[in-house]
Amino acid sequence: MSEIKKLIDETGAFDCVECGKCTSVCPVAKVDTKFAPRLIVVKALEGVDTNLAQEKEMWSCTTCEICNKMCPYKVDFTGFIQGLRSQAHDAGNLPVLSQAGAVQTMQRIMARGSKQNRLGWLTPDLRVKEKGDVFFFTGCAVQLGTIYYDRAVELRQTPASIVKILNSAGIEPVVSNDEVCCGHDLIWTGEEDLFIKLMDRNVETIKRSGAKTVVFSCPECMRTFEVDYQEFLGDFDFELKHISEYIMELVGEGKMHFNKGDSKVTYHDSCRLGRHLGIYDSPRELLDEIGLELVEMPNSREKSACCGVNAFANCSEISKKLQHDRIVEAIETGAQAMLTFCPKCVVHFNCLLNSPKSMTENEKLKIVVREFGNAIAERLQEGV
Amino acid sequence: MSDFEPKIVAFCCNWCSYAGADLAGVSRFQYPPNARIVRVMCSGRVEPQFILRAFELGADGVLVAGCHIGDCHYVSGNEKAQKKIEATKDLIDQLGIGSTRLRLEWISASEGSKFAETMKDFIEHLKGLGPNPLREASG
Repeated sequence: MSEIKKLIDETGAFDCVECGKCTSVCPVAKVDTKFAPRLIVVKALEGVDTNLAQEKEMWSCTTCEICNKMCPYKVDFTGFIQGLRSQAHDAGNLPVLSQAGAVQTMQRIMARGSKQNRLGWLTPDLRVKEKGDVFFFTGCAVQLGTIYYDRAVELRQTPASIVKILNSAGIEPVVSNDEVCCGHDLIWTGEEDLFIKLMDRNVETIKRSGAKTVVFSCPECMRTFEVDYQEFLGDFDFELKHISEYIMELVGEGKMHFNKGDSKVTYHDSCRLGRHLGIYDSPRELLDEIGLELVEMPNSREKSACCGVNAFANCSEISKKLQHDRIVEAIETGAQAMLTFCPKCVVHFNCLLNSPKSMTENEKLKIVVREFGNAIAERLQEGV
Repeated sequence: MSDFEPKIVAFCCNWCSYAGADLAGVSRFQYPPNARIVRVMCSGRVEPQFILRAFELGADGVLVAGCHIGDCHYVSGNEKAQKKIEATKDLIDQLGIGSTRLRLEWISASEGSKFAETMKDFIEHLKGLGPNPLREASG
């Protein structure tokens, strides 16, 4: 299979010395003893690849990239898994999707290109433009908040919060009704052709707006633009910025002011924002700026634990265990809230907090998991 | 579009609405044959994905029918359905399909005529809307 050979070349899998560091840090391997990133790569190297596309193991990977970070030979395990999944999908090997695949279906519907009605959250007090320098890529937070109305309804507020924040610094961002999902979940479940359709549509929309900077709140969208889109299309001539970096720039220029809070919070580095994109500091600086006291969890920054599920594939008792461990970690810091930028992390952790018997009711009351953008908007000083 | 015949997927609960549809049949109430009925054990079983998938595959309308509130065979399944359908309506509106293409109705086993009337009314409404926009947008 030359496809696999190409994948081995591209991801540097041939450099693997079978040291097993990846398996020792893998969150899934800790719970599921049959799973090991090393074995997946080694099987491919040894040519046991004919039924690789039939195996279910690759769908258990949460693609959190901690293996990549620990690998002394810089093998791109996560990239390997992504390529493998694409081949597996073509061979008819499909993951079990949460909500029977509603999120993926939503993305496939968007890929059809019919006219959407996605700016319903835009209230008259928010100022946006059709063309301009700053494009705000809203992502699917509103849609996720709608599908997961029972546990993450707060996500429906996220785009409005971000626009409110930008407005307060005098910036009127471009938001577009023609924006579609970035395709993150499709490429991570192997549907590359539909992913490309979404990608072309988004890049076209951004180019049409004439934007020089694209601001993201969702780490997954940003990772998809930064890594996956640029792999297909080459480097963009517009700049990609995370909202936390962008706000810190604006604060530096003296354009933004916050009411200081006094509560204790902890910050969950989502894998996409942290390990995939290397953005660790600006969210922490931002917490300091809005006056929230940060208490770090033992596993933070590069070692951050995983929310347990990727692209809504193969949610299982392993995922629940990972979520449980992380929530316990958060509770032990004594913080009142765990903040994170990733809407999917918010969905997954709240899923655990909403399921009966996952923890005692008393424990559940000790922590709330919140979306970061909404927490910033609450601290905004009006009329400055 | 005068010859447009909408395709409807109707999810009917086993205990009330499916029996209601049956009663419409045995009572010989006439209603247009546009719906494909899928029997489910409870309206609460109908997940957003079932509805999204129906629209993705080209359905022009989706009807979810269950027992009246308080009559659910499983006590509160229809209350769950109500919340889910409300959220799904919102979602399909955002996706540009239009929330009125999805209907939730309470039809008991004795309401054969209500079933026939609901069908007629829904089909008229869908004829006014025209085909599912996803049918034309092939990607």
